[in-house]
Amino acid sequence: MGEAGTADTFKANAKAALADRVLKVAIDRTTGTAETKRAAAVADFAEFDGARERSRRLKDHVIANLEHYLLQFESNARANGARVHWASTAEQACEIVVGICRDARARSVTRSKSMLGEEIGLPHALAEAGIERVETDLAEHIIQLAGERPSHIIWPAMHRTREQIAALFKAKHREPPRNDDPGAMVESARRELRDKFLGADVGIAGANFLVADTGATCTVTNEGNAELTATPPRVFIVTAGIEKLVPSTAHAMELLRVLVRSATGGELTQYTTFHCGPKRPGDADGPDEMHIVLVDNGRTRMLTNGLREMLRCIRCGACMNHCVVYRQIGGHAYGSVYPGPMGAVLTPVFEGLDKSRDLVHACTMNGRCAEVCPVMIPLPTLLRGWRDRSWREGLEPASVRSGIGVWRFLATRPRLYRLATRFGLPAMRLFSRRGWIRSMPLAGGWTEYRDMPAPPARSFMDQYRARRPNA
Amino acid sequence: MAEQQATRPAVGLFVTCLVDAIRPEIGFAALQLLEEAGCRVSVPERQTCCGQPGYNSGATDAATALARQFVDAFEPFEHVVVPSGSCAGMIRHHYPEMLAAEPAYAERARTVAGRTHEITDYLHTVRGFRPSGRTLKASATYHDSCAGLRELGIHAQPRAMLGALDGLELRKLDGDNVCCGFGGTFCVKYPAISNVIVDEKAAAIERTGADLLLAGDLGCLMNMAGKLHRRGARTRCFHTVEALAGMASGPAIGEAR
Repeated sequence: MGEAGTADTFKANAKAALADRVLKVAIDRTTGTAETKRAAAVADFAEFDGARERSRRLKDHVIANLEHYLLQFESNARANGARVHWASTAEQACEIVVGICRDARARSVTRSKSMLGEEIGLPHALAEAGIERVETDLAEHIIQLAGERPSHIIWPAMHRTREQIAALFKAKHREPPRNDDPGAMVESARRELRDKFLGADVGIAGANFLVADTGATCTVTNEGNAELTATPPRVFIVTAGIEKLVPSTAHAMELLRVLVRSATGGELTQYTTFHCGPKRPGDADGPDEMHIVLVDNGRTRMLTNGLREMLRCIRCGACMNHCVVYRQIGGHAYGSVYPGPMGAVLTPVFEGLDKSRDLVHACTMNGRCAEVCPVMIPLPTLLRGWRDRSWREGLEPASVRSGIGVWRFLATRPRLYRLATRFGLPAMRLFSRRGWIRSMPLAGGWTEYRDMPAPPARSFMDQYRARRPNA
Repeated sequence: MAEQQATRPAVGLFVTCLVDAIRPEIGFAALQLLEEAGCRVSVPERQTCCGQPGYNSGATDAATALARQFVDAFEPFEHVVVPSGSCAGMIRHHYPEMLAAEPAYAERARTVAGRTHEITDYLHTVRGFRPSGRTLKASATYHDSCAGLRELGIHAQPRAMLGALDGLELRKLDGDNVCCGFGGTFCVKYPAISNVIVDEKAAAIERTGADLLLAGDLGCLMNMAGKLHRRGARTRCFHTVEALAGMASGPAIGEAR
């Protein structure tokens, strides 16, 4: 299931994904439902366009005043009794988290789904440190059992069908489900996870929002596992990207309105929890320590390298659900933590453009991702920005450079261009039969899969001049 | 005569490189419709390509050279009309950005961009044109090409004009706003991915059972027509302006001329 692929083997990953017909069934079920439900939610919410525009402005405001809100958040989180850590890089972030686990003498940690945790490589870092990691989100539980990576930022196991998951649970659970009824499967996972929730030394979660004026972190889930990760363990760690800041709780609510509708088509998730520091005297439960790790990992660089608008992203997944490429190849083929359009923009930041060149090109620029984006990120424009950089840095292959070179030479010389057309069209016609070209040298990319309409003997310009010599 | 000329706008027709080389019929249909809509049409000799192959490959310099050439060639006209949403979108939205830092071109690029229209938008919205008294006895389905739809808002205009053809039954295409997988150079850089996308599109077109597939961009049309033909479908493919100009009784895209 495409597990070995990285971003620089994109073409091979995609080929393998296209050969997997069960994968296509799984992708169609999830993204098809997501598309329908989002459309219904948007149709049902008359203020959606206004809410999108306000969300965009809100995110832009926070990005323009990042330092102010970060310091305000830090000071309020400390006042709540949380400890705040700063990490410039993924490695630093992992060191901080592993250090906190070691100080707590943790043997077992529970984790609530966090794409930032994936981004910084936390699962790997915990394994290296010999700490048992228990994924508590149902989909993350599935991919942990299968030894896979997430294939979608909202539904990490969307590449697997219900039938495949039932088989996996039967093989791996202590008391497996009797059938592939979703209810029975959820019960089985619950039995598997419940004692681990309660026995963990440390809980680790991400954050959908960091609320500056209260110092709270906010998680949005449908399973309640973030709450069970935050409360029973002695130590609770939140890792979050610095772009998750919002000025106040009301602003978090404003973004929630577009986040949840864009992600699942719901109005709200089942659980929206604000975590405001460790257990206080008199509290019935809660962790003894709460740590918040604020992660940069390339984000401040994005402020100045043309990717500022990407910092608006609230990780809803709508762009991938509406992407024609993602819907054919799924998330693993991208070979990156974040797949789809937003992933294609972000991956070069983390992995380097030389290793992710294919991701920024494997897009038809149809613009549907930007159309559905709840914070109006111009994703195709940002992808084109990467292509421009790839060209300027000489990363494009010689075949592409020479092809574009020839095209430029002719297209900027209209007379020569006419002459080339005059010779080229009859030459192409040599390969045609009854109006169609089934194969032709240099056109294999086209004719391998589809026929090409044969050109006329003479171009429009030549025919036009013949008909209207004085025009 | 002079009075009549004053109300007949001078239009520069940019036929696009694909129409020039592959499907001149679209250029002639555009010419005919623009003249029926009361325009004085010129086809400047110095036109080649709008620059998208370079622009979308990251070769911004090459695309900018073509943008300058285009501005030079088309600035004498009151209006510039293009039978392609993606080329018109390139000129309207991207030329002004590309040339913004060049004092010799910035203002002129903005002017030309503002005067440039996709043909169905121009005919319907600017000229108020209706193809009256024209008959096309067939069923057709329509695909919204992405750049026209999202960069220029081309949606109602072609449908309104096609609706005025006598005898034409328009059938809704499932996923008519979903990309066909062409994407310019995308279709030859990632042919296997493009293939599965256009295969789904072709299947949806076949499900409509329509005689004709109509769309406003030749790139998308070549992709869909080529896939339909490879699948053995009998759907006949035309550009919207061919249908409007009464040319859908002639050879369709890919049919021997």
